[in-house]
Amino acid sequence: MRNTATIAWKEIKGYFTSPVAYVVALMFVALTGYFFVRSVDSILTGANFPEASLRGLMRQISIFILPWLAPVLTMRLLAEEQKIGTIELLLTSPVRDWEVVLGKFIASMTFFLAALAMTLWYVLMLEWRGNPEMGPLLSGYLGIILYGGAAMSVGLLASSLTSNQIVAAVTSLGLLVLLTFLEVGADQVTGVASTIVGQLGMTTHFDDFVRGVVDTSNVVYYLSLMAVFLFLTVRSLETRRWR
Amino acid sequence: MAGMVEVKNLTKYYGNFLAIEDVSFEVKRGEIVGFLGPNGAGKTTTMRIITGFLPPTYGTAAVAGYDLVDKSRQARSHIGYLPETVPLYLDMTVEGYLAFMGAIRGMKPNRIKTRIGEVIDACRLGDYRRTHIGKLSKGFRQRVGIAQAVLHEPDVLVLDEPTIGIDPIQVVETRQLIKDLSGSHTVILSTHILPEVSMLCNRVLIINEGLIVAEDTPKELGNKLQGVERLEVEIQGPRTEALEALQKIRGVIEVTCSTNGDSDRNVYKIQARRGLDLRPTVSRTVISNGWSLLNLQLVSMSLEEIFLKLTTDEEINV
Repeated sequence: MRNTATIAWKEIKGYFTSPVAYVVALMFVALTGYFFVRSVDSILTGANFPEASLRGLMRQISIFILPWLAPVLTMRLLAEEQKIGTIELLLTSPVRDWEVVLGKFIASMTFFLAALAMTLWYVLMLEWRGNPEMGPLLSGYLGIILYGGAAMSVGLLASSLTSNQIVAAVTSLGLLVLLTFLEVGADQVTGVASTIVGQLGMTTHFDDFVRGVVDTSNVVYYLSLMAVFLFLTVRSLETRRWR
Repeated sequence: MAGMVEVKNLTKYYGNFLAIEDVSFEVKRGEIVGFLGPNGAGKTTTMRIITGFLPPTYGTAAVAGYDLVDKSRQARSHIGYLPETVPLYLDMTVEGYLAFMGAIRGMKPNRIKTRIGEVIDACRLGDYRRTHIGKLSKGFRQRVGIAQAVLHEPDVLVLDEPTIGIDPIQVVETRQLIKDLSGSHTVILSTHILPEVSMLCNRVLIINEGLIVAEDTPKELGNKLQGVERLEVEIQGPRTEALEALQKIRGVIEVTCSTNGDSDRNVYKIQARRGLDLRPTVSRTVISNGWSLLNLQLVSMSLEEIFLKLTTDEEINV
């Protein structure tokens, strides 16, 4: 576990020694700010009684922010190690492969959580001017954290497959867009196929959370998505040894 | 005691390409073994297997008694490794990088602190503790690479081409550094530079096209390779006739004359069969022909030539 923490800490520091962290944080704040204002402004929304919730914001983070945020945060993590060859030292030190992967995952999640913490400001504003329901707020945060974890693990797998950061980013972006819009695809087919495609989609399982419902099946969905992609990432590192 | 590094019948294929074949050797505690071979001979592949980065296709490798496939992590904890292209995180400081490397090798924080001080002194990096590695010159990066390899005081130090691509002064310094370290560590170093081997190593393994073609001390290797004895003779006399006369001597394999025939004084190089001292015969031949013998000496083969012989001449079996 100490190895995982060491690697995670190194990557977290790494985010802040490059401009990436600041640009990403800036874009995150700008976009969430815009989405938040839109969702509470009665003129913009056209509703007479805009609701005091982050429902819209959470949906928009999941659809419009995470598909690029996750690739940007994860693309460097394993691809760069392979490019500059440090992977050779990492894998020849007495560290388990999964400790490496988990450490990198935790680093990307930490950054995401820090960014997400900035949206707590919007919660304060809702509290100040309105009377938001705490239940949906909390479940919404739980949902977006799970959603983010799944997105990061997809990005991490993409990063393990190549030594080129751009290739990694484009791969995970593609995968995430696909997983995000599978729900739309489900409408194009019927019967069992529709159910399967729909159930695989990342957005399908998200709505319950923002409505205030924490359904075990949804939690399990995101956790298994994370587990599968992190597992594949570990295997991908292992095959690197065998190539 | 058993060897610190034991390699048995190691074979590695990359797809259909055979990188090393049936490589076996043993390195004892405290020994410095040089791995000598031209580029692409299989040095890096062998080292990557010893360090657990690559698994062998066949055969086994063990470090400090731990197999590198079955007990990989235990084995790896005894190794310090400097890969060929020194892999460094360029955005970290020297100190930060060393601290990270120490931590992932399971060193205690206190020990990391003291050891960083020691290796920074040993590698003369004192002025660059807080410099970003990206700003260091190649020679200094090499030192950082060596510093990380010895940081955790590993039993076995694996250095892949430690002096490649750095300027001559730094090469000398790096060699001195390796020499200083050699007392306490078992060192395996690869190189294609011959003087380096005779300078640093107790033992040489010569590898060519994936096979170990010779193994000995640098000195013994020289003796063994006296499959040919070499003489250098300077004679004042007609060139063609002298060449002919020397060639007729029993046991002579080849005579070459490097100076051109304009002058009467020429230097001839004679190769003779092993174990024959031809000096008496040669001198008598020269005198009886009425020429003057100006110089006559035995030439021992330099390692460079041995190496060339080993890797180009298939007929010499060692």
